[in-house]
Amino acid sequence: MRQGGIVFQLAVRSIRLNLLRSLLAALGIVIGVIAIAAMGMMGANMTLTVKDQMSEMGNVLVVTHDAGTSGGGSSGGAGGMGGGPPGMSSGSSEDDEDDNFISESQFKAIRNAVGSNGTVYTVHSLSDEFSSGTRDGRATVFGLDPDVIPEVLALSDGSYPRGDSGALVGAALAERFNLTLGSRLSLGDEDEGTHTVRVVGIVEERGMSFDLSTDMAVILPDESYTSFYGDEKEYDQVNVVLEDVDSADATSTSITEKLNARKTQVRVSDASRMLETITSTIGTMTTFVMAIAGISLLVAAVSIFNVMMMSVTERVREIGIMRSLGTQRPEILKMFLYESAILGFTGSLIGAACSFGIGYLVVVSLLGSADHFFEFQSLVYLPAAMLVGTAICILSGLYPSWRAANLDPIEALRAE
Amino acid sequence: MASTPIIELEEVTRIYPLASGDVVALDHVTLSIAEGEFVAIMGPSGSGKSTLLNQIGCLDVPTSGWLRIAGKEVGMLSDHDLTDLRLRTLGYIFQRFNLVPLLTAYENVEFPYLMMHRRNDTTGRVGQLLASFGIDEALAAHRPAELSGGQQQRVAIARALVNDPPILICDEPTGNLDTKTGTQIMETLADLNRRGRTIVIVTHDPTVATYADRTITIRDGRAS
Repeated sequence: MRQGGIVFQLAVRSIRLNLLRSLLAALGIVIGVIAIAAMGMMGANMTLTVKDQMSEMGNVLVVTHDAGTSGGGSSGGAGGMGGGPPGMSSGSSEDDEDDNFISESQFKAIRNAVGSNGTVYTVHSLSDEFSSGTRDGRATVFGLDPDVIPEVLALSDGSYPRGDSGALVGAALAERFNLTLGSRLSLGDEDEGTHTVRVVGIVEERGMSFDLSTDMAVILPDESYTSFYGDEKEYDQVNVVLEDVDSADATSTSITEKLNARKTQVRVSDASRMLETITSTIGTMTTFVMAIAGISLLVAAVSIFNVMMMSVTERVREIGIMRSLGTQRPEILKMFLYESAILGFTGSLIGAACSFGIGYLVVVSLLGSADHFFEFQSLVYLPAAMLVGTAICILSGLYPSWRAANLDPIEALRAE
Repeated sequence: MASTPIIELEEVTRIYPLASGDVVALDHVTLSIAEGEFVAIMGPSGSGKSTLLNQIGCLDVPTSGWLRIAGKEVGMLSDHDLTDLRLRTLGYIFQRFNLVPLLTAYENVEFPYLMMHRRNDTTGRVGQLLASFGIDEALAAHRPAELSGGQQQRVAIARALVNDPPILICDEPTGNLDTKTGTQIMETLADLNRRGRTIVIVTHDPTVATYADRTITIRDGRAS
């Protein structure tokens, strides 16, 4: 047994001697570690899930009309979630202003700017009423080039529309209104005339999307859309699907340079801005929740401090004996620091083990999936919380240990 | 017997400052103890003999005066050096044995050895010492609370000797023991003295004092 060994042994035996008291103090650390680890993992999983959804759109640029009021940088005006492109919210394109569109010549210029870097296609969109059988509703209606539809939308059922009476519907819309293949949809209201289409395909669920939110939408081929709503050669947005994600910035710049050189005409948005906003929102929220969880760790620190003070008080005589035998102050300091470190490490270890299960439950119940639970960014919160828990315990033990080490040997020997 | 002084006090004064006024526990004490001497310090309660023992034992430093232990000026030493002096030069035997309750008898003896050598005892010295005081291996594995008073004091003597210090400081070593066991302990100390160790013993008991070469009496903080 080395010198450090016997001092460590003394710490272990002291904990064993007061096992219940030590366990209760460590329990506080267990709870604190669980709280911060679980919250941290929840935040990480939320971020990862959002990133996942957004990264699928990393190669997509959305070009919309810009009246020129906001200066017009390449993606500067994207404005995150609120001021996004029309496709984001189903109501925004309803009050279609005459000049709030991209013209055919602008479209051609965009296609020119993109060149062979990717596919460029136009999007007509508005929000309209519809009825299906006895049920009425409202949905975004998109008009897309029939040749482009198979490239950008995947179907879960049915086939792509041919001719002018076929339509696709989003998965969520189909589910809510009980639409199946062959269902008939009447678009528009009775006063202004209706246009009946037949559902020929269901679009696969796309989740959060910023170029085309199709889950609650009806998708028509261009011809069918314009014959009913007009607006031929006037597009609500132009989407660019790039071959390579890395060319997003260059392409975006090239589009703005071409079109906004003299006067701001268009705004180019990409997914990264939106992702940044969402990630930072989640980050703020997670930090806040973790800070609240951290309070439980603070309470635990107080109880460790208390237990350590008790331990020192009870062992004053023992400290006096050891000092009189020639034990240096640092050895006494170490003995008590070991004690608090053992409490902290054990508590943190148990806490981390529990967090693994509890964190999993929290993530599954809040996000509905644990796809990212076992990833580094999520699991890193286990050792991180352990480290914080142990460090807090050692800090709590500092003052009691310092006091023990600085006791006067004569006074200490006199203690009962 | 050698006559080099190993313990020297010159005008040593120890004052405890209290709110009710300063208490002079030692009042200009001058004495010297030669290497290999067996000295008893006697005196009534509150006479200052414990204070004197604490000074000689390097647990405390004088308020004024000079105190030299094994050639070192105690008043000049830092806490670290004072602690080191206790570790290497002094062995303590207390009235209440003062074994560390969380350590076994063996570990109690090993403890100062580890503090000094910073490595395990590979020479078997700890075991041999214990055996020489009648504590066998099985008994040495017990914690102090499981041993008799006599056994505990023998473990304490083994502990005091483990670093082979030239001076043994004994504070009423027989005070908590029955007469027979007390006599055995005193015989042991006398034997250690015969083999060259300087022994300073504080006692109330005149029979204990008969083992000593010399008796120093303390009264009201003054030595005579």
